[in-house]
Amino acid sequence: MSQLVEIQNLKKYFKTARGMVHAVDDVTFGIEKGKTMGIVGESGCGKSTLGRILVHLEESTSGQIIFNNEDVTELNRRDMKQFREHAQIIFQDPYSSLDPRYTVEASIKEPLLNSGKYSQDEALEKTRELMDLVGIAPRLRLSYPHELDGGRRQRVGIARSLALNPEFVVCDEPVSALDVSIQAQILNLLKKLQQEQNLTYLFITHDLSVVKHISDHICVMYLGQLVETCPSHELFAKQYHPYTKALLSAIPSTDIHHKMDRIILKGEINSPINPKPGCRFATRCNYVCERCYEPQTLEEISPNHFVSCSRVRELETM
Amino acid sequence: MNEEKAFLEVNNLSVEYVTKEETVYAVNDVSFRLEKGKVLGLVGETGAGKTTIARTILRVLQEPPAKLRSGSVIMEGKNLLELSEDEMCLVRGKQITMIFQDPMTSLNPVMSIGKQIAEVIGLHSKIPSNEVRSRAEEMLEIVGIPAERYDEYPHQFSGGMKQRVVIAIALACQPELLLADEPTTALDVTIQAQVLELMQKLNKENNTTTILITHDLGVVAEMCDEVAIVYAGEIVESGTLEDIFEKPSHPYTIGLFGAMPKLNEDVEWLSPIEGLPPDPTSLLEGCSFYPRCPRAGETCKENKINLVKVSPSHMCRCCLPVGEEEQ
Amino acid sequence: MTNVKKKSQLVEVVKRISYNKGAVFGGILFLAVVLLAIFAPLIAPYDYMKVNIPNRCLAPCREFLLGTDYMGRDMFSRVLYGARYSLLIGVGSVLFSAVFGVIIGAAAGYFGGWLDGLVMRLCDVIQSIPGMILNIALACVLGPGVFNTILALGFQGIAGTARLMRSSILNVRKMEYLDAARTSNCSSFRIIVRHVFPNTFAPILVQSTMGVGARIMAAAGMSYIGIGVQPPTPEWGAMLADSRDFIMKYPHMCLIPGVCIMIVVLALNLFGDGLRDALDPKLKK
Repeated sequence: MSQLVEIQNLKKYFKTARGMVHAVDDVTFGIEKGKTMGIVGESGCGKSTLGRILVHLEESTSGQIIFNNEDVTELNRRDMKQFREHAQIIFQDPYSSLDPRYTVEASIKEPLLNSGKYSQDEALEKTRELMDLVGIAPRLRLSYPHELDGGRRQRVGIARSLALNPEFVVCDEPVSALDVSIQAQILNLLKKLQQEQNLTYLFITHDLSVVKHISDHICVMYLGQLVETCPSHELFAKQYHPYTKALLSAIPSTDIHHKMDRIILKGEINSPINPKPGCRFATRCNYVCERCYEPQTLEEISPNHFVSCSRVRELETM
Repeated sequence: MNEEKAFLEVNNLSVEYVTKEETVYAVNDVSFRLEKGKVLGLVGETGAGKTTIARTILRVLQEPPAKLRSGSVIMEGKNLLELSEDEMCLVRGKQITMIFQDPMTSLNPVMSIGKQIAEVIGLHSKIPSNEVRSRAEEMLEIVGIPAERYDEYPHQFSGGMKQRVVIAIALACQPELLLADEPTTALDVTIQAQVLELMQKLNKENNTTTILITHDLGVVAEMCDEVAIVYAGEIVESGTLEDIFEKPSHPYTIGLFGAMPKLNEDVEWLSPIEGLPPDPTSLLEGCSFYPRCPRAGETCKENKINLVKVSPSHMCRCCLPVGEEEQ
Repeated sequence: MTNVKKKSQLVEVVKRISYNKGAVFGGILFLAVVLLAIFAPLIAPYDYMKVNIPNRCLAPCREFLLGTDYMGRDMFSRVLYGARYSLLIGVGSVLFSAVFGVIIGAAAGYFGGWLDGLVMRLCDVIQSIPGMILNIALACVLGPGVFNTILALGFQGIAGTARLMRSSILNVRKMEYLDAARTSNCSSFRIIVRHVFPNTFAPILVQSTMGVGARIMAAAGMSYIGIGVQPPTPEWGAMLADSRDFIMKYPHMCLIPGVCIMIVVLALNLFGDGLRDALDPKLKK
């Protein structure tokens, strides 16, 4: 199985007035073609920044991005234009991701016209096809965003991102701003499109039930660090990292008869500014020890299941 | 439910938002009762009318454009909607308090958090002024914030801690009724767990009657004793937690459960509710869920649907409720 | 395609303004002044420059509708032609500020960094000098006259417009549709022109509309102290300035140009208020 996207030791640091923000710190993983990699984490974990780096909306500080066996970490303008035909992004907020002065048709047409490969008529024809593909009624083509609800706007965003026939799509919390009933429609649509067009997804979300439903593989991030990664079903069957365990136990369950034993974490999510070396979760972890303050490495604890915790084997025997 | 014991009774509440261009029928003939000490979950999606219901109870609607068409809200014998503004001011903050959704904007940025708690205490309780500060510091400790942070400002706190301050303000005068409008929606999952645990603990200690507004069925399962499902400004189903979670009868409720991805189930395709959320500016003749209902029949379209008793505690606004065999 | 977009927007905005009676009144009033200015040659009964000493300082009468000034010139004709100059100064200086202010403010807001810092500090410097003092300084450098008045007032206004544009841009910069435009392979230039400008021009438009009135008043102030427009040019402010010696005996000479200035300022402020409300997307539903 070939890996379409691979990132190695990816870092993104921002300089701010208060210090250096370690938004993404030494993340490594790969995504197979046609599969979905889910990235979960809470505020400040860097998942959105990671997604944006992969489509070159942000530039990484160090590390490598390999796409289709080619190094795409740094791209000149011409290569960037080409790259955008392979990698696209769907944004989170349906209310700010569409220009309020562009009609549905204009928003979807824009990437087509920019590519220089379509004439006006061809672009129009392709726009109609795309609208059909994502389920937007043709009569809405001249509507403005403020006339549409969140679900429809998100469909426009999806159509726009698929305009150039990309192979890889970063989905940055595409359903977080939508109601439950509409969420399900969009998730089904994304799955259908993936199957029909053999798309590869990087699916970013904070909602664990959504990520379980849609991902083949999951990465759990905390404050810029990758703490655990494994196939989707495995993560919910067995977690190794203390943060992952706490995260899963924190989800309110709809099973009214079985109350889970909650692991309530103490303290707040720290700031990613000038962090101390070692595991960022150490300050809140119930199992913290001396080794936790040294740089951590991703260990393969079981086939295809990686964890970044110096005490993981000990904790298993406990 | 014992007729005499109802602590809060909302009867035939109808609220509209009237502007030059259109009228939004936000709440349509809503009625429910709540016993003392119970937690009612008002569940619904955006625009269903849940926040309007809560704001009407607390009488913090902006009128205009809001217009109270009809109804009464009876708490311990008094109709809150008939009180004068002065009388209502005495009720707010003391007997009824509200937690709003967005912790980032519900605190005054230029006042220290301690002062904001103290303000409520000073206004509504008979505590002498030299003891107000210590009571406020007590509240901070109760919600898990060190009392030394009394003089700090909201921007120095994270979202979760801000929400705790909001809870402290809401519970400072030990209200009888707490309205919590999506109190944890804006918070991270692990922080949400902390805040929900806190709310549960305080609820039990003070026996506070609570109306919890949320769209998250998981939160409802954790926190609530009774549930009312709101759709297009109406209550379409209501009952105890068991009634709703084990025997949901209204197609919308069933649709909600089906549309959510669940951790303990693996399905390839979710079952979304087809169609779009209802247009609150045009009410349908018959059932408001008709355009999206997979079970709809002719009678659903024409007549106003009344609440049907599925069991003594369980009501459903459907003429073809899903029976036990089908669930 | 673009025509359909713009028409729908324009129609929407016009509709919303029409709900606001004050704005409609202001708009019609301003339009009337503009028409009077344009058709001055056809309406004016006398030559506005013609000196007529025997008829000086006459109060409004049948022969001279608004009376005559201290040189015997017909006030009505002078006011009509004066409208041309005042409007020219008002609108001209606003356009000058707008064009340069928008470019500078947009660059500062969009690119940020040292450019932003430099532009903002320059604006600070310009804005820290009291308006009239700056005008005097510029008038000394440029000299008097209508054109130089426009330059002086225009230059002064660049800072305010630049700041407004910059803050508009900072708001829009947070919007994800700009990111979407980047991933759609839009060049920076295209993003600014097609996505940023259309969404940020509204405050500038409102500020400019209401600024015309303020500029006319500022020009009047300049004429009053002897810089700016010089006699015999019938600019309203200059007329006001000339008649200050006669304010007690022949008040009509001051009042009439004063009222004209007031009418234009009022009309534009009413219209500008309505325009601001109409352009505010948050006031929709």
